[in-house]
Amino acid sequence: MEELLKTYQTVSDHQVLHWICVGGVSDFPENAGGCVKYKSKQVAVFHFERTQSWYACQNLCPHKMEMVLSRGMTGDAAGIPKVACPLHKKTFSLQDGKSLSGDELQIATYPVRIENGNVYIGFAD
Amino acid sequence: MKKVIVIGNGMVGYKFCEKLAANPLRDQFDILVFGEEPRPAYDRVHLSEYFSLKSAEPLLLAPMAWYQENRIELRTGELISEIDVSSKSVLTHKNQSFDYDYLILATGSSPFIPPIQGVSKTGVFIYRTIEDLEAIEEYAKKLQAKGKFRAAVLGGGLLGLEAANATKELGMQTQVIEFAPKLMPRQLDHTASDLLRAKIESMDIEILLGKNSKEILGEEEMTGILFQDGSVLDTDMLVISAGIRPRDELAVKAGILCGNRGGVEVNRKMETSEPSIFAIGEVALYNQMIYGLVAPGYEMAGVAVDQITGGEKLMSPTIDMSTKLKLVGTEVASFGDPFLENDEVIAIRYENKQKGIYKRINISKDGSRLLGGILVGDASDYNQLFQLYLNEIKLPENAEDLILGAREGEGGSALGSALDLPDSAQICSCESVSKGDICGAITSGKSSSLKEVIQCTKASSCCGGCKPMVTELVNETLKSLGQEVKETICEHFEYSRQELYDLVKIHKICTYNEALDQLGKGHGCEVCKPVMASIFASIFMETANRQVTIQDSNDRFLANIQRNGTYSVVPRVPGGEITPEKLVVLGEVAKKYDLYTKITGGQRIDLFGAELHHLPLIWKELIDAGFESGHAYGKSLRTVKSCVGSTWCRYGMHDSVSFAIRIEERYKGLRSPHKLKGGVSGCIRECAEARGKDFGIIAVEGGWNLYVCGNGGANPKHAVLLASQLDDETCIKYLDRFLMYYIRTAAPLMRTAPWLEKLDGGLDYLKKVVIEDSLGIAEELESEMQGLVDHYACEWKEAIENPEMMKRFKHFVNSDESDDQLVFVPMREQKMPKPW
Ligand code: SRM
Ligand SMILES: Cc1cc2nc3c(=O)[nH]c(=O)nc-3n(C[C@H](O)[C@H](O)[C@H](O)COP(=O)(O)OP(=O)(O)OC[C@H]3O[C@@H](n4cnc5c(N)ncnc54)[C@H](O)[C@@H]3O)c2cc1C
Ligand code: SF4
Ligand code: FES
Repeated sequence: MEELLKTYQTVSDHQVLHWICVGGVSDFPENAGGCVKYKSKQVAVFHFERTQSWYACQNLCPHKMEMVLSRGMTGDAAGIPKVACPLHKKTFSLQDGKSLSGDELQIATYPVRIENGNVYIGFAD
Repeated sequence: MKKVIVIGNGMVGYKFCEKLAANPLRDQFDILVFGEEPRPAYDRVHLSEYFSLKSAEPLLLAPMAWYQENRIELRTGELISEIDVSSKSVLTHKNQSFDYDYLILATGSSPFIPPIQGVSKTGVFIYRTIEDLEAIEEYAKKLQAKGKFRAAVLGGGLLGLEAANATKELGMQTQVIEFAPKLMPRQLDHTASDLLRAKIESMDIEILLGKNSKEILGEEEMTGILFQDGSVLDTDMLVISAGIRPRDELAVKAGILCGNRGGVEVNRKMETSEPSIFAIGEVALYNQMIYGLVAPGYEMAGVAVDQITGGEKLMSPTIDMSTKLKLVGTEVASFGDPFLENDEVIAIRYENKQKGIYKRINISKDGSRLLGGILVGDASDYNQLFQLYLNEIKLPENAEDLILGAREGEGGSALGSALDLPDSAQICSCESVSKGDICGAITSGKSSSLKEVIQCTKASSCCGGCKPMVTELVNETLKSLGQEVKETICEHFEYSRQELYDLVKIHKICTYNEALDQLGKGHGCEVCKPVMASIFASIFMETANRQVTIQDSNDRFLANIQRNGTYSVVPRVPGGEITPEKLVVLGEVAKKYDLYTKITGGQRIDLFGAELHHLPLIWKELIDAGFESGHAYGKSLRTVKSCVGSTWCRYGMHDSVSFAIRIEERYKGLRSPHKLKGGVSGCIRECAEARGKDFGIIAVEGGWNLYVCGNGGANPKHAVLLASQLDDETCIKYLDRFLMYYIRTAAPLMRTAPWLEKLDGGLDYLKKVVIEDSLGIAEELESEMQGLVDHYACEWKEAIENPEMMKRFKHFVNSDESDDQLVFVPMREQKMPKPW
């Protein structure tokens, strides 16, 4: 399981090698998430409609290693955009992937771009 | 630099470290701590919670890192075997020697093992450390695997009863053996003890009083206990909890003065006979007494720190032993002198056997002072009484009102407001925090909320018994400063649920986004979204399909998420009645989609392990066969359980199944602050367990008795009688009113039982609202409920008929594949998710 977790590493804008189109804007729910597949990876994509911002992170919740984060509820904590895991409601910052529930858990985040009504996620592999 | 060595890293040893670390002169000391146990100090008071927590982490008083940050060297798993007073050094069991300038003995105590023949047999345990608990649990499991289920606890004191509850929770049939003729002989009088006994026995723990154990029977493994009177108790394990013995062995060996019956003698400075050696906690003999409670131990730690840092603090001359506890689900408290009764003292008693409540106060003959008392079954008055006692406050004219409540007119509490207490009044005895400390934290501007006050003063951070009073003080002080105290639901909405409910209704707000724009801020979160979804549902009866993304994660997919991210499917089976044809359909669907099936505790059938994209396919088949959503995922009506009732049962008085079905059909899909459950039983034998539900209906001569506000779960509560001998229509009318009133006014995730507890005026008030219509809203409540009933729609039917709504039931947005990470393993003839 540790192995699986390691396959998810945060990608920052300048590390991006491929921008992958994962669907149209309207394929994703507003103020919630959807899951996309890239190679063997599962990535959760979130559309914060109120500020027109998009975020992406691993779909794997590091707490119990389940592929569920895309189905969690979104929101913010003191302005930081976040997602709450649907299994035990641990919350993670979508900005830097850090846990907001007072533990050491961490998720990988990916950059998102919107072009011509399409959603692109930046990967380094 | 002075060297301080602390022997023992238990609760009091830790408190010493905490206080020294916070002392301004801290830098003048090197602190070295030896602890025999394998982990840093943990909260022994809440030891029993280890069984449910399954981890020591949450019990730790401070993590290992705390000691490092505070430059305290903690050596766990190291025992001190000798103190050399002349060279001022200690020797560890590994034969390493360390010098000290000050030595602190905080070695606590160990359980007293009475000299009974055979106590060393396998199956005999004590109850003091996490390791003890682990051993007990492991042995109980081993016994159970062999079909053995009997456990006994020796000792009917506070700890014994706690241990008994623990073995019961482990699934053992438990008996408590007490030598004295009553339970908790040191805290309770006979009446109180009898009442407690009845309560505990009603929870299936048997109590044997006046039993003197002679021998533990059995070969290697124990099989029973032989008593002095010749009788034998067959049992498979025994937990001994017969008092404590201070661990003074090091001191005795070093020639430090100890009491005849054990304990290291100390003076008011906590100094032992040896200058520079202090003893604190359960090892210290102060006033010729060992105090088996944390509060005096913490005070001792404070005094010792003060003394070695050059202060002059002394231990209080008398130690207060008042306690309030929850034992086997029953509140028990005693304060001051509980037994006092003589020419100068009058005891006032109140006993209610039906409710299992006993209250006793001992007051001075002139009625001016409270000297002690006992509370069993309902200790809600404890904090107030304790303050009156401790601060010697003059009592009101009718002292009986203190335990009976004022019976005429409004009549507030005898204490008035907590703010009336003197500043010196001790509120938190564990951490010795006074009223002045608490209020001062706010008036000085250091803290501005309950959370901050607790952080800064540590009040109520230990046993939590004083929390209600701390809360009141904080709220009242904030109010007196003109700051409003609000129960807001989260950082995005500065309103309570009830206020939001009213605002949404008045301003006709229809969507979550509008609500955020008009009443809130930010993006919202996982707390306020479901609350708002529930409010929209209660006002407009909108299903979870309309504003999908504000629903709690289960409601969003109209199913319960399982541990591996798959879902469960629970169709409604009203009243638990189902035809053979429908049973066949459930079986076939489960087979087709390879689902694990189980009968639930709610009289229906749960199909587990459905993948997200299969949910609509499964539901299509179920709906075609006449099923509807069971709302097992929602904070909404779950089931109305029934017993078979008068149609078949020889005792049945009315047709409970038909009535349960009628009621379930009426309220199905009704969303509420928390889930709602009901039950209908055909006679008082109560096979539907209706009184364990939010509303329970029981057939009696002449109609139905309606009970409300019960639940099972972690804090079981029996529902209480709202009205009796009702006909069908009146019963439903009252239910409409009751449920709607609850839906309007409860806080989020608050079930009916805690709601009633918080309702000002309690059950009497509720009766007035529901039966007498004292608020004049009965008609409105009924018509609102009728509106909700009329607008019911099956959410699953709605979802599968609408392609737009169906889009959400797909694992990937960009692929039709299913989740390839799912792994199931076989179990009996079915399957389960691969364990974590
Ligand atoms: C399936 C079932 C256990 C079973 O196999 O029998 C069950 C399963 C769950 N229960 Fe339960 N409870 C089930 C009957 C009960 C009962 C018995 C009853 O209803 O008569 C109780 C005690 C009665 C009561 O609620 O007062 C019960 C008290 C709880 C509680 C504690 C509620 C409380 O107020 O303390 C929770 C936790 C909660 O709701 O916050 C809970 C929560 C849960 C959850 C939803 C936990 C979760 O979030 O995953 C479980 C998921 C069910 C699922 O995925 O389908 N379940 N649960 C039962 C489903 C009944 C049904 O047909 O709908
Ligand atoms: C199940 C249970 C429930 C309780 N409930 C309550 C309650 O509700 N309210 C209340 O006020 N109190 C309660 N108590 C009592 C409370 O836990 C004790 O009063 C408190 O823990 C005493 O603290 P202490 O530091 O003196 O002793 P301990 O916490 O026992 O710590 C002593 C430590 O010293 C170690 N030690 C001993 N000798 C040596 C040595 N030679 N070298 C190194 N280390 C050594 C021991 O291993 C132990 O870790 C309860 C106790 C138990 C067991
Ligand atoms: S008691 Fe209920 S919540 Fe707990 S494991 Fe069983 S089903 Fe899940
Ligand atoms: S699996 Fe995500 S919080 Fe537990």
